[in-house]
Amino acid sequence: MSRPVRRTAGGRRLLLGTDHRHVTVGVREAAVGAAAALVVAALGVVGLWLGDFPLRLDEVLGVLGGRIDGLTRTVVLEWRLPRIAAAVAFGAALGVAGAIFQTITRNPLASPDIIGLANGSFTGMLTALLLLGGGWHLLMLGSLAGGLLAALAIYLLAYRDGLSGFRFIVVGVGVSSMLAATNTWLLLRADLETALFAAAWGAGSLNTATADVVWPAAAIILVLLAVTPLWAAALAQLELGDDVAAASGVAVDRNRAVLVVIAVALVSAVTTVAGPISFVALAAPQIARRLVRAPGLPLAATAAVGALLLLGADLIAQHVIPLTVPVGVVTVTLGGAYLLWLLVHEIRRTRWSTS
Amino acid sequence: MVDQLTARLRAENVTLRYDQRTVSADLSFAVPDGSFTVLIGPNACGKSTLLRALSGLLRPAEGRVTLDGSDLVTLPAKERARRIALLPQTMSAPEGITVRELVGRGRYAHQRVLRRFSHADEEAVESALDSTGTTELADRRVDELSGGQRQRAWIAMVLAQETPLVLLDEPTTYLDVAHQIDVLNVLHRLVTRGRTVVAVLHDLNHAARYATHLVAMRDGRIVAEGHPASTVGAGLVAEVFGMPNQVVPDPVTGAPMVVPADTREPAAG
Repeated sequence: MSRPVRRTAGGRRLLLGTDHRHVTVGVREAAVGAAAALVVAALGVVGLWLGDFPLRLDEVLGVLGGRIDGLTRTVVLEWRLPRIAAAVAFGAALGVAGAIFQTITRNPLASPDIIGLANGSFTGMLTALLLLGGGWHLLMLGSLAGGLLAALAIYLLAYRDGLSGFRFIVVGVGVSSMLAATNTWLLLRADLETALFAAAWGAGSLNTATADVVWPAAAIILVLLAVTPLWAAALAQLELGDDVAAASGVAVDRNRAVLVVIAVALVSAVTTVAGPISFVALAAPQIARRLVRAPGLPLAATAAVGALLLLGADLIAQHVIPLTVPVGVVTVTLGGAYLLWLLVHEIRRTRWSTS
Repeated sequence: MVDQLTARLRAENVTLRYDQRTVSADLSFAVPDGSFTVLIGPNACGKSTLLRALSGLLRPAEGRVTLDGSDLVTLPAKERARRIALLPQTMSAPEGITVRELVGRGRYAHQRVLRRFSHADEEAVESALDSTGTTELADRRVDELSGGQRQRAWIAMVLAQETPLVLLDEPTTYLDVAHQIDVLNVLHRLVTRGRTVVAVLHDLNHAARYATHLVAMRDGRIVAEGHPASTVGAGLVAEVFGMPNQVVPDPVTGAPMVVPADTREPAAG
C-alpha cells in the first residue's frame, strides 16, 4: 500500500497522507518557504531589539522565552511586536493578493497597487473619514468598499466576451489615475488636521501599526490566507487560459469572483492600517516563482517572500536611513527599480508562451 | 438519419450568439457515439462556435445542448468535464511548466481539495503521455518544444481528462503536414479505442480520410452531413466553399479527394 509520505508529480512534490485523502507540497517551494520564514524570524528578533528604548539582545530573547517581565516586556511585546506582526502579516497578504491578480490576468504587471485597488481603498477610506468622521471599523469598511468598488468598476469596464488580462491592466491604470485625482481633491476639501493625517497615511507607513488595529487586521488576513488554498487548484487551471480552465471543469466566473474578493479584502485590510504600500504585491510573487522554479505562482512561498520584503523594507525605513521615513517610501523606491527591470525583461522576451 | 444512431451529445434547436451577433439560429445536431466527427466549412461559418456550445463553454441563447438527456448548462462544471473534454484554439502554458505537469492539469475535474495527486491521476497521466507519444518528453519544458510536440502535449492534457467525448478546435492548424498526420493518427486511435471525437479541421482531404461522420457548415447552418464517401462531392464543396473543383478517389485510401479547379489567369501570349 502507499506510504504516508511519498514523492509524486515526477518527484517534484511531497504527498502526505493516503492515496484517497492527502495534501501535497512542492519540494522546492517548502524549502524556499522555510528558508524565507527563518530569515523573517531572525529579522523579527532584530526588529524587536532595535529602537529608541535601548535593549540588549538577550533581554529580547528573555522576553520571548517568558523569563523577563516589567517594562522590558512592555516595550518588546506591546510597543514593538505589533509593528513586526503587521509587517509580516501585511507583506504576506500583499504578496498573495498580487499572486492572485497576476495569475487571473496572466500578466506580471497586474498588481493591486498598479491597477488602482490601493487608490480605491484610499478613496473609500477618505470618504469614510470625511463624511462619517472615522473610527477604525468605519475606516476599514470604507477601505474594503472602496477596493471592491474599484475592482468591480475595472472588471465591468474591461469585460468583453471574457476577461483579457491586458485590457484589465490598462483599464486598471486608468481607473487608478482617476482615483488618485479624486483622492487629491478629497484631501483639498478636508481640514488641515485630517489632511495631514490622511497624507501621512497615504505614503504607506507602519507608524500607525499599534496593537489595537494590528491584531484585528492580522486576524482577518490570517483567515483569508487560510481559506485561499481551497481555490489554489482553480487558480492553477486559470493559468492555462480561461477556455482551458472552463473545459477542464473550473466554473471560471464564480472562482474568479471569489479570488478577486479574497485579494481585494487582503489589500483593503492592509491599506486600512498602513495605507497604500507598493512593490510587495508586484514583486513577491515573481521573486518566489523564480526561487521555487515551479510553473505558476506558488502561494505559500509568495506569502513568505512578501513578509520578508515588507519586514526588511520597514527595518530599513526605521533604522538604516538616518531620518525616519514611511516604509511606503522605501518600497516605492525599490518598486520603481524593480518595475523598470521587469519592463525591460518583458520587452526582451514573451513571458507566457502561447501556442 | 443521425437520429437512428445513438448520440449522447446533442444540440437541440440552438441559437448561438456572441454579444448581439447571431452565429447560428435554430440549429440541431447530434454527435454519433463512437464516431470521428469532423466539422468543415469556410472561415467564420460557425464551426468553432458550435464546438464551444457542444462543450458547454458557450451557453445557447435559445434551445439547449444535452448530454445523456440532461441540459449541459445545468451540469456542475466538474461533472461536465468528466464527460466532455475540449481543446480550445487559445491556451497558454505557464513559463517553465513541464509536459508531465501540463498533462496533470487535465485531471482537475477528478480531483478534490484533499485528493489532488492520487494513483489514478498518475496512471491517467502516464496513459495520456503514452497514447500521444510524449512519454519521452514528459520532463521537458513545454516552452522548449517544437510546435508539433507542444500540440501533442496539449492533446495529452485533454486525454488525461479521461472523457468519453473529446472535442478539438483546429488541432492541426499551424503544424507541418507530417505533424498534422501524427495528430490525426492519435485521434484515430482514440476512436478505435471507443472514444467519440469531434474536431474542427481545415484540410478537406484529411477530413475526408479520417472522418467517420463529416459535417459541412456554411453561414451558421449545416449544409450536409454523413459519411465522407456519401457526402463529399464536387457540388457540395462548390456550395460550401464557393470553389470550383473536382472530386477524385484518393489514390491511397480511395476516400474522396478534393482537387481545386485551375482558376489561374491564363499566361499572357
